[in-house]
Amino acid sequence: MRRISLTVNGVKHDAMVEPRQLLVYFLREQLALTGTNVGCDTSTCGACTILVNGKSAKSCTLLAVQADGAEVTTIEGLASNGEMHPLQKAFHESHGLQCGYCTPGMIMASVDLIANNDAMSDEDIRMGLEGNLCRCTGYQNIVKSVQQAAGEMRSPAST
Amino acid sequence: MAQVADQAQKFVGGGILRKEDPELLTGAARFIDDMSIPGMLWVSFVRSPFAHATINSVDTSRAASMPGVRAVYSGADLADEWADGLPCAWPVTEDIKTPKHWPIAQDKARFAGDAVAVVVAETRPQALDAAETVDVDYEPLDVVVDMEAALADGATKVHDEFENNSSYVWNLDVGEVEQVFNDAAVVVKERYYHPRLIPNAIEPRGVICQPNPAQGEYTLYSATQIPHILKVTLALTLGLPEQKLRVVAPDVGGGFGSKLNVYAEEATCLALGRKLGVPLKWIETRSEGYLATIHGRDVIQDMEVAADENGKIAGVRANLLADMGAYLQLVTPGIPILGAFLYHGVYDAQAYSFTCTGVFTNKTPTDAYRGAGRPEATYAVERIMDALARRVGKDPVEIRRLNFLAPFDEAREVVTGLSFDSGNYDASLDKALDMFGYDDLRAEQQRRREAGDTKQLGIGVSTYIEMCGLAPSQVLASLRYVAGGWEAATIRCHPTGKVTVITGTSPHGQGHVTAWSQIVADELGVDFEDIEVLHGDTAISPLGMDSYGSRSLSVGGVALHYAAEKVVTKARTIAAHELEVSEEDLEYSGGTFSVKGAPDKSKTIPEIAFSAWTAHNLPEGTEPGLEETHVFDPPNFTFPSGAHLCAVEVDTETGMTNIVKYVAVDDCGKAINPTIIEGQVHGGIAQGIAEAMYEEAVYDENGVLMTSSMSNYRVPSAAELPTFEIDRTETPSTTNPLGVKGIGEAGTIASPPAVVNATIDALAPLGIDHIDMPVSPERVWAAIKNAGGSTVDARGAETTGAGSGTGSADAPGGGT
Repeated sequence: MRRISLTVNGVKHDAMVEPRQLLVYFLREQLALTGTNVGCDTSTCGACTILVNGKSAKSCTLLAVQADGAEVTTIEGLASNGEMHPLQKAFHESHGLQCGYCTPGMIMASVDLIANNDAMSDEDIRMGLEGNLCRCTGYQNIVKSVQQAAGEMRSPAST
Repeated sequence: MAQVADQAQKFVGGGILRKEDPELLTGAARFIDDMSIPGMLWVSFVRSPFAHATINSVDTSRAASMPGVRAVYSGADLADEWADGLPCAWPVTEDIKTPKHWPIAQDKARFAGDAVAVVVAETRPQALDAAETVDVDYEPLDVVVDMEAALADGATKVHDEFENNSSYVWNLDVGEVEQVFNDAAVVVKERYYHPRLIPNAIEPRGVICQPNPAQGEYTLYSATQIPHILKVTLALTLGLPEQKLRVVAPDVGGGFGSKLNVYAEEATCLALGRKLGVPLKWIETRSEGYLATIHGRDVIQDMEVAADENGKIAGVRANLLADMGAYLQLVTPGIPILGAFLYHGVYDAQAYSFTCTGVFTNKTPTDAYRGAGRPEATYAVERIMDALARRVGKDPVEIRRLNFLAPFDEAREVVTGLSFDSGNYDASLDKALDMFGYDDLRAEQQRRREAGDTKQLGIGVSTYIEMCGLAPSQVLASLRYVAGGWEAATIRCHPTGKVTVITGTSPHGQGHVTAWSQIVADELGVDFEDIEVLHGDTAISPLGMDSYGSRSLSVGGVALHYAAEKVVTKARTIAAHELEVSEEDLEYSGGTFSVKGAPDKSKTIPEIAFSAWTAHNLPEGTEPGLEETHVFDPPNFTFPSGAHLCAVEVDTETGMTNIVKYVAVDDCGKAINPTIIEGQVHGGIAQGIAEAMYEEAVYDENGVLMTSSMSNYRVPSAAELPTFEIDRTETPSTTNPLGVKGIGEAGTIASPPAVVNATIDALAPLGIDHIDMPVSPERVWAAIKNAGGSTVDARGAETTGAGSGTGSADAPGGGT
């Protein structure tokens, strides 16, 4: 067992983990943050996407020990003061989810995508979310949701 | 009925945002893997790496000594747990061969992935580790992978107890088929293959069994579409008293048919819970699911039409081979039969013949995958309509219009004996052609052909019909389906004015909570937000037939409408009593009864719910409380239809294809929530395009699944899919008072032929008239090469190929 120390959604955690434990299972099973989902075993689907030090990462590709010292944000940490994040709001308003299983990963990937790209075309968003699979929506309303949120997050009024 | 249906509508028909969303958006949802129970153990399965092998012995001793391991069992060890094998609820013919299907194989493994042993350990990793150490002595046997080889004389048998690998032959003949084909001026015959598909709901399957040994009760949580059907079937499989079993579907992350089954893992976890008396959990890994969760399609179709010299159809003949895989799962044999009545599409015909042979092979069992039988039928019909158009020299639109059934708004009988509920096929096609800019795109196509452009343009048309709203129970009986097709709904009006709706449908992404709230809000005049919809728990909703086959709204939603009508009927009696008028003197609108001519004298449903609860002043013979249940057995199916148009650009140098425009006009009858419909159509089209262009489960000659993980089976991402332009026409169904038809599968049914027809149309100048799905760049490129198009070398200067039109240019093993 190895000791790790990390901050998750603003809360500091010290924990003992098996060296082989994946970060996603540490979050889900030890911290009970079950919003981050597991959809595959080949790092393909992206359901487990979170932010590690502000960058999107598939938490099934990282060992928990690799997150030692990191700042982690999961879907549970996105809303603030009871207000949904603009992406959560946009996915709701643009019907960007159906079963909702891929949604946390899709939203976390989109946080990074918007933060690191200025005005994006629909095509840019499609390319940017290539690592996240959805089987329900056909992606069209996801693209619409991300456009809507990007507009809101960049407008001066939203600061 | 009219009193409810005619009232002012506020919610029905509106794109109301979903009530389901907040918990899913914040990580608060409870999917099966999010749940745990103190003291819970983990289950892992040992699976055969061989597609066909005798199990000589299973040595569990090493696994049993691994850290944390509590128990290890072979199939033989668990043989006494079963009262029967896993169920097949649709033995489609009297003489169908249905093999015993033990949850854990006892004598032989019959597909790669067949479970042969099971491990119970304290943690998930311990269970997985220990499963690796179970020592199974296999004796590999010859394997049958290909359906035609499986039917050949002397083929290796998947099941020794049967004389061959044919499970059943199902046939429907109407009219003078032979004569019509003999007399026809034109007969077109083609062979199509539907790739085997892996459903890929993004949430893997999973099960938790929670026994309560003191009471002899069990709660089974499962990522399933069918908690009610599971309760009945698992009680039979395990010989468990049904009243002691509760099945719960928690939040379920997509299904598409893959969670419409009674699986070995569900039965085994329940059996282990009974044997060990402790809670247990199993969560499928994705790669495990590729082997152990049902696959879809895998059908060969010999399709023929007989027509006159103008292309007017007289007869249709379809002959199918359908791959069952190694066992018959819940409705495996019935899947092709769901399409059996639709091989004439939206076109008139006088003679009709359909035959399907179900074939055993050493592969994962097939079963319902989104569309289930109707994508197969639609693909054959819409592909052969284009072939017929080419033969008689007509435009694909023209050939369809020539053969359309004329618009009808009362149910009409068609050649198969089915009664289509209503239809206006011209209306949706007209709208689609207009949105598509059909004439302009044809002109652009002509320009590129004449210019010898390396990027050729093709246009694909698909005017589909499907059959849903499963189903009239008596019709199901005639088709030898074991269960009924009804659905149940309960409306409980609380004394505080709030409402609980209990539905027998089991949503997993479709938005029933929202749509059901819309229906009840309008019919009872209660606030949308004051309505709670409960589902997916057999203890809460004892009556239900669950969600599949686009049935939930057209059966379950209609049951809800009738339950609301019963609430209004009872409330009217109470309101009349309280207002001291006769019931006939009351008008009902928007949840309020008012006295005709004295509108200030009125009572609302919430007011009456309170009166019904206090029971202080009820009319003679009226029971206290305001709660009604209705079980609706539909009198007919529903028949959604529509027109999908696709424009594909094909790079004749590389075989790369690109959808440049996709238009869909669907007719699902009356709309309850257009936003939800739009989402269903988008997702359906995406899955259909996936089948047409990207996905195929490929086996090698040893029965090993080559596309064994999500990294080599191509589920398309956003980057691979286009933007869809969609709209609707509304031809109300005559099957139910809501006029609704269903939309869950339409996109998946309509889109594959639109895409493939477009791809072939682009390559028609090269003489190419057939490419099998998925029309991957490799296959398209091979087709161009085989046609002698040699545009690769000619740099576009040469766009006329051999032009033989002889067809198949398939590149085996493509698709990735």
